Amino acid sequence: MSGSGGGVGKFLKEWIFTIDHKRVGILYLIGSLAAFAVAGLMAMLIRVELSSVGPTITDPNTYNVWLYFHGAAMILGFQIPALTGFFANWLIPLQIGAKDVAFPRLNALSLWLFWMGIILALLTFVVPNPPDIMWTGYPPYSILSPGNTAFYTFTVLIMGFASIAGGVNLITTIIYMRAPGMRWGKLNMFVWCTMAAFCIQLIFVPILGTAVTMVSMDKYLGTTFFSPTSGGDVLLYQNLFWFYSHPAVYVILLPVLGIIFDIVATFARNRIFNYKVAVYGGVGGITLVSGEVWVHHLYASGMPNWIRVGMMMSTLLISVPVGLCMLSIIGTLYRGAIEFKTPMLYAIGFIFLFLIGGLTGIPLALASLDIYVHDTHFIVAHFHYVMAVAGTFSIVGGIYYFWPKFTGKMYNETLGKLGFAVTFIGVNVTFFTMFFVGLEGMPRRYFDYAQMPQLEDGQRLVTYGAFVLAVGFLITLISWLHSLFAGKPAPDNPWGSKSLEWTTSTPPGPGNWPDVPNCEKFDPYGYGE
Amino acid sequence: MRRRFYPLISLLLVFVSAGISSAKSEEGHFPTTGEIPDPVAGFNHLWREVMIDITVVGILFALVTILLLITYRRKRAGQEGRPVKLSTAAMFGWAIIPVFIFMADDFYLGAKGWTLWNSYRTPPESSYEIQLESAMWSWKFTYPGGVETYNELKVPVGTPILVRMTSSDTVHSLFIPDFKVKEDSMPGRVTYLWFHPKKVGEHLITCAEYCGMLHSNMSGKVIAMEQGEFDSWLASEQAALTEGGA
Repeated sequence: MSGSGGGVGKFLKEWIFTIDHKRVGILYLIGSLAAFAVAGLMAMLIRVELSSVGPTITDPNTYNVWLYFHGAAMILGFQIPALTGFFANWLIPLQIGAKDVAFPRLNALSLWLFWMGIILALLTFVVPNPPDIMWTGYPPYSILSPGNTAFYTFTVLIMGFASIAGGVNLITTIIYMRAPGMRWGKLNMFVWCTMAAFCIQLIFVPILGTAVTMVSMDKYLGTTFFSPTSGGDVLLYQNLFWFYSHPAVYVILLPVLGIIFDIVATFARNRIFNYKVAVYGGVGGITLVSGEVWVHHLYASGMPNWIRVGMMMSTLLISVPVGLCMLSIIGTLYRGAIEFKTPMLYAIGFIFLFLIGGLTGIPLALASLDIYVHDTHFIVAHFHYVMAVAGTFSIVGGIYYFWPKFTGKMYNETLGKLGFAVTFIGVNVTFFTMFFVGLEGMPRRYFDYAQMPQLEDGQRLVTYGAFVLAVGFLITLISWLHSLFAGKPAPDNPWGSKSLEWTTSTPPGPGNWPDVPNCEKFDPYGYGE
Repeated sequence: MRRRFYPLISLLLVFVSAGISSAKSEEGHFPTTGEIPDPVAGFNHLWREVMIDITVVGILFALVTILLLITYRRKRAGQEGRPVKLSTAAMFGWAIIPVFIFMADDFYLGAKGWTLWNSYRTPPESSYEIQLESAMWSWKFTYPGGVETYNELKVPVGTPILVRMTSSDTVHSLFIPDFKVKEDSMPGRVTYLWFHPKKVGEHLITCAEYCGMLHSNMSGKVIAMEQGEFDSWLASEQAALTEGGA
C-alpha cells in the first residue's frame, strides 16, 4: 500500500492493471470479502424467514434465490477465492523466496475473471428471473425452472477459468521459482497444502465446467443429456457435479489446514509435529482420497446398492489422513511456548469447530444412518461446522496473522479477541442447535415448516445464534477498519516467526526482497535450541 | 519403553476399552432368518453407538488439546518451544499406530453400517407393493388394483410396505421421518424403499430434495390402519373405480 502520488486516476490504474502478486492477492481479498458480506446478509435473511412458522418476511421464490446466492457465493465467491486467490497469491512467492509468480500477466487475468464472476453473481439481484436452482443446480429442475440458469452456468465457468489459470500459475511457481536452498523438505505447510489444493482444482474443475455447460445446453439449445425421455440420465449430472464438488471441499480444507499449521507453529514457537507424516500421509492422503468418495452425496439418490456401500468404506477412510493432520496440529502444541494472540485464538477455535464438524461426519459416512439425516438440517449443521465456519475461522485468523505484513498496521488486540469470543459463541449456538433441529427431521432448503410446528423454538434459537454470529463478524470488521485508519505501524516481524515471509520489509515492496534470499540455512519452523 | 510413547499408549487403551464396551452392548437387533428385520430399531441402536463413539473421541481430543494449551502456555516473554526430535521409529510409530486405530474404528463402524444397510435395502418377501409417482408438488400413490390416492399413503398395520417410485417432472425425495427412511424419486429411473408400520397411526411424509417453489409444502401422510379396515377401504375404492370405469 505504498503512496501513489498523481491523483486518484493513477492510483486506480496502478491497482486495476497491477501484475504484482501482492496487489492481485489483496484485490482477490476485497472481492471475496464483498461476496462474504452479501452472502452473509442472505444468511441473515434466511434465518429471519425461518424464525417462525409460515411466511415471515418474504415469498418462496425470493427465499429460494437467497438460498441459491448464499450457497454459490459463499463457496465459489468467498472461500475458494479467499484461500486459493488471496492467501495463495499473496503468500506463496513470499514463503518460497520468489520475486513474483511465474506468470504475472496470467495472474492478472485470473483476477479479472474472478471479478467478472463476482459482478455476474451480483447481477442475480437485478435480472428479471434470477436463478433459484441452489448452488448444486440439479436437473431436471434447473432445466424446468423459470429462473435464469445461464447466470449460474457462466458464473461457474468464469470462476472455473480463474481457478485453472491460478492453479497452473502457482503450481509452476512452486516447482520452478523456489529460492536457492529452499528444498521440498523444508517448505511451509501452507505451500504443501495449497499445492495439493491446486492439483485437485486442475483435475476436477473441468468436470464441473462440463456438467454446468451440459445443463445450459439442455435448457437453451435443446440437447437431452439429462432428459430420460430421449435417453438421457438425471443421475449423470449429480455424479459429475459431486465428482468435482466433493474434492472442492478439500480445495477449501487444505489451504485452511495450511494456515492453521503456520499460525500454530508461530504462536507455539515450535516445530510442526511429525512434519513428514503430515505432508505425505496427511496432505498426500487427503489428495488421494478426495476423488473416491463422491457417492456419499448420493446415498439417497437411488444409486446401485453396491457402490453406496463401497463409497461408505472410502468415506470412512477420510478420517485417516485428516486425523494425521489433526495429530500434527495438536502435537505442535506439545512442549511449545504458546502465546494467545488473536490469530492463535482463531486457530484454537478452528480445532474445536473442526473436531465437532469432522466427528459428526462419521454417522453421515455410514449410508444406513445417513439415509435418515440426509438432506436435513443435520447435514446443514455438519457442513457449516466442518467447512463453512471452520474454514472461515481459518481465513479470519489468517487475515489477522498476516494483517501487519500486508497492511503495515497493527490491529487492536482487545477488539480482535472480543470479535473472536462473540463469533465463537454465535457459531455454536447457531449450528449446534441446528443438529437437533435436523435430527427431528427438518429437511433443508425449506421455506416453511408448517407440517413441523414443534420445531419453531429450535429454529428461533438458531436465528438468535445467527445474530450473535453477525455481531461477532461486525466487531471483526470494525477492528480491521480501526487498524487501517488508526493502527500503529507494524514492525517487520511482530510475531517473531522464523518463516521467510516475515524477513521482508513491512509492507513488502515490489520484488519482495532487494535480492533473492539464500535459503541454505533457512528453516521455516526452526524454533527452540 | 520410551516416555514419548506414553500418550500414544493411553490413547490406544481408551480406544480398546471403548471398543470392548460397545461390543458388549450388542443386543442382537439384527434379524435372524425368517423374521422381518427392523431397520428403525437397528438405526436407533447404531446411531446411539456412533454417538458414544464420536463423543468419546471428541472429548479425548478436546481434553488433550486443552491440557496442552494450559501446560505449554508462554510463561515469560521470549520463551522458546522445545521441539521434540522424533527418531525414525517414533515417526513411523506416530503415523502407523494412529492410522491403525482410526482404521479399526472405521471398519468396526463400517461393518455394522453395512449390516444395517442390507436390512434397509432388502425388502422382505411378504412386502405389499405400492407405486409412487411424484410431481411438482404432490405424491400420487397407486395400489395394486389401480386405486390412486394423492398425498395419503394408507397402509395396513403389520405388513412391510414396499414403495416403488418414479417422478413425472423433477427429482423429489420421499422422506418418512418416523420410519427413518428416505429415497429420491426421479424421472427415468425406478427407485424403492420399504418400511414396516406396526401400530395404527399417522406419520408425516415430506419432500427432502429441492424441487422448486412449493418444495416445503410438498407434504403428506402415512396412515397406518388395521388390516380389516384397510381391506374394506381398498375394496370400496376399488368398487368406485370399477363403476366409474364401466
